[in-house]
Amino acid sequence: MDLDFSFMAEYWPSFLRGAWVTLKLSFFGVALGTLLGVLFALMRISRWWPVKFIASAYIEIIRGTPMLVQIFIIHYGLTGFGINLPPFISGVVALTINSSAYMAEVFRAGIEAIDKGQTEAARSLGLSRWMALRYIVLPQAFRNMLPAIGNEFIIIIKDSSLISVIGIAELMYNARTVQSITFSPMEPLLVACALYFVMTFTLSRLLAVLERKLRS
Amino acid sequence: MIVVNELRKSYGKHEILKGIDTEIRKGEVVVVIGPSGSGKSTFLRCLNYLEQPSSGEIRLNDVLITNKQAELNRIRQEMGMVFQHFNLFPHMTVLDNLTLAPRTLKKLSKEKANARAMELLRVVGLEDKFNSYPDRLSGGQKQRVAIARALAMEPSVMLFDEPTSALDPEMVGEVLEVMKKLALNGMTMVIVTHEMGFAREVGDRLLFMDGGCIVEEGIPVEVFQNPQHSRTQDFLAKVL
Repeated sequence: MDLDFSFMAEYWPSFLRGAWVTLKLSFFGVALGTLLGVLFALMRISRWWPVKFIASAYIEIIRGTPMLVQIFIIHYGLTGFGINLPPFISGVVALTINSSAYMAEVFRAGIEAIDKGQTEAARSLGLSRWMALRYIVLPQAFRNMLPAIGNEFIIIIKDSSLISVIGIAELMYNARTVQSITFSPMEPLLVACALYFVMTFTLSRLLAVLERKLRS
Repeated sequence: MIVVNELRKSYGKHEILKGIDTEIRKGEVVVVIGPSGSGKSTFLRCLNYLEQPSSGEIRLNDVLITNKQAELNRIRQEMGMVFQHFNLFPHMTVLDNLTLAPRTLKKLSKEKANARAMELLRVVGLEDKFNSYPDRLSGGQKQRVAIARALAMEPSVMLFDEPTSALDPEMVGEVLEVMKKLALNGMTMVIVTHEMGFAREVGDRLLFMDGGCIVEEGIPVEVFQNPQHSRTQDFLAKVL
């Protein structure tokens, strides 16, 4: 079969608009997910078991259930409880809770990988638990975690395509729309793939640069 | 200065410290020796509550040390600690390693903290390394920086946990030299060590620990020459 991209002359703005929405969704998902992720990671290493339990339960439940189901629950399921979120907000919430659960594990592993002697040295100087974490452990952990964090960012950009099921005109949704208008099964999807790849690849290069900066 | 009363420490069923009683006086250099597993490091780490004792009391200048975090943080500022593996902060320069605690805890200005840190680096002979990162230093240099870092909080007592055990032999001397200087300046010190020559020369009092107890104590020269207890005799026969 021959590939025919002539529809692009007419529909390229629709792809770009979609990609822009994808970027916005991912940005909020990553930013809020990282913040929440740090919080859950700290809760998980807490010495206070109820706090630890809440964080562990959250992480396990979110990681152990499909994101597609979570999206439907947030956007449609919650309407039964009188919670009517606009689609974009539902999308951001779904991405945030997902990325926060994965990010929490990345952060926890990163924190636990730092030699105990570092904390002991800090505590022996009189620094509090929190100061030791903030000045000594987290800066070192962050450096080690950067590849894993980058990985997580890329996954979120790709997973944001799932948000199309609740009718947000992001990249995947618009690709499907063009698909049905032009009756071409393949080409709009290839365009979407190319745009996703441009986004993820750019991000991974940027992170590689940041990583090199931090190492030197 | 430090009074230790019936100090015990267990991990599960395993008792590491079986009731330690001792007193460390101001200006005194106490060296702790003994076979590995005798509990000497645990004893030292209990003094500043890096290990929480299972029972017993420790007083610093007549203040009972408890597990209350805020008080503990203040008490630890009084007790500098030097570790076997240095534990310098690798993401900070030597200068920042020294100034972090004084600046965050004592709220010293950057200029003041830096000036004080440079002074201490001169004491340990490393003023030219102030801008280096720890991974550029040799083991001996790292340990000297670690000593300076502990001194930066102006503690009233210094705890040393096998400070030369992780060093290449040719670097042991420079670290012991710095410690000797401290001792001569009247610093109160508790030193867990395997350096018998150093213990004999610098120590005011020696504690021999075995099996979680202080088996014998006395003036180092006398203990070395004339150990009273058979376990001390066995140990010294092996290491000397």
